[in-house]
Amino acid sequence: MVTKKLVLKFPKKITEQPIIYKLIKDYNLVFNILKAKVDPDKGGLLVLELSGEDKDYAKGIDYLEKLGVKLQPLEKDITRDEKKCTNCSACIAHCPTGALYIKDRKTMKVEFDKSKCILCEACIPVCPVGAMRVDY
Amino acid sequence: MPKTYEEINEKIKNKKAVVLTAEEFIELVDEKGLGKAAKEVDVVTTATFGPMCSSGAFINIGHSNPKIKITKAWLNGVSAYAGIAAVDLYIGATEIPENDPANSNGKGFFKYGGGHVIQDLIAGKDVKLKAVAYGTDCYPRKELETWINIKDLNEAYLCNPRNCYQNYGIAINKSNKTIYTYMGVLKPNLGNASYCSAGQLSPLLKDPFYKTIGIGTRIWLGGAQGYVYWHGTQHNPHVKRNKNGCPIGGAGTLAVVGNLKEMNPDFIVGTSMHGYGTTLTVGIGVPIPILNEEIAKYAALKDEELEVSIIDYSEDYPNCKSSDLGTRNYKELKSGKIIIDGEEVPTASLSSYPKAVEIANILKKEIKSGRFLLTKPLQLLPGTDWSEKFKPLKLRKKGE
Repeated sequence: MVTKKLVLKFPKKITEQPIIYKLIKDYNLVFNILKAKVDPDKGGLLVLELSGEDKDYAKGIDYLEKLGVKLQPLEKDITRDEKKCTNCSACIAHCPTGALYIKDRKTMKVEFDKSKCILCEACIPVCPVGAMRVDY
Repeated sequence: MPKTYEEINEKIKNKKAVVLTAEEFIELVDEKGLGKAAKEVDVVTTATFGPMCSSGAFINIGHSNPKIKITKAWLNGVSAYAGIAAVDLYIGATEIPENDPANSNGKGFFKYGGGHVIQDLIAGKDVKLKAVAYGTDCYPRKELETWINIKDLNEAYLCNPRNCYQNYGIAINKSNKTIYTYMGVLKPNLGNASYCSAGQLSPLLKDPFYKTIGIGTRIWLGGAQGYVYWHGTQHNPHVKRNKNGCPIGGAGTLAVVGNLKEMNPDFIVGTSMHGYGTTLTVGIGVPIPILNEEIAKYAALKDEELEVSIIDYSEDYPNCKSSDLGTRNYKELKSGKIIIDGEEVPTASLSSYPKAVEIANILKKEIKSGRFLLTKPLQLLPGTDWSEKFKPLKLRKKGE
């Protein structure tokens, strides 16, 4: 069994195909959509958590790649500009998973654990200096 | 044995001054006792780095040919005050572009405003200037559009009427909907508590009765040597104090000035508060000369001895009501949670403690190297015996 959070980028020529339907039906994969944005003129973007048996998962990924879907693990997508971040901590109260947190209460430095980030983007508007960014 | 400013400066010039940050001084007092620490240490450095809305910069752009007496001006689309002589402008931190939707189309993001213009100028970026005028015989030009750069300006100096608040209330939201404030986004039903002070490092909390800080005090301002030029607007020494002398709310403020051309964009940062507006995050370091044991005692106050009131921003703050939710100290605030009405509320700071530590250490280094001498204030800040009282605005008819 494997579970991974992925960012899928669709070229515009395949936005009309029932890709997700096929992932369920032909590859037995279970998914949870975290974010979706599809524009028939520009292509699509889908952030999802995908689970299934190892073999099915590998086949499903292979299917997506052959279709021209670009795949990347979710954790790469929210970035913190380390030069801009002032370590104020305004973000931590808004991060629902504790991906942004303070480990050392003496230094009060704000840590960012990307593995806990679910790409909800709550940190982005609340950062006073625009240090948090989504890159697709 | 009391010390004088002259004696301390002599030691600084000879690179023999003993300088500690307020954090280090607290540890030394714990270790050696107040008397010994007060004798050994000459200067304690304090610092803060947080959003300070009452900030802005004066610039003189130089005369064009033919000349113009500007009546309205914009820097990168942000209006600058031009109601002073021909080519002097004041760009305020909270000014937003006229075409910014602000809060008219959902809560605004306020990505760019006066604070950002100031940071761009410091960073050496070209800034677009547009200006209009009605034209006079001596200043015939009626419009202007060009690019300016800080290096070409005659003068550019930060001149902030109210910075460095002595203390600041803890913001919470008792209502059942999210609110967007200058203290950040406050989640409903006590979802979070936002504070904004460096606590035990914060300048006016380490000299609570203004025994060393006043007009002419040389400070570290955004990377440059600046000065306190007056008490800040809304300066209020009469705020209720705890047993350690710490005012439990806003209280004292500083008006500060410094050369923008010598500043560093890492310490003067354009800032956006979601649903509220733009501002400027300002880094300030203030040296406290340890002239005697009393000054040392205050400079050694710790987070747990410094407390501040909780204020509800959904109903009480906008309507000038007191919140009656008690006080919490900075040790509690920095722990990550406080208890309010039996509920655990996560805390977060708008002011950066790590940046304040960095500034206190830079200032310490500057003083130790002999480059930063202390100044004796020409006049101390108004203290608890001040006759002026902090007043609200009364709405009235003429003559009432």
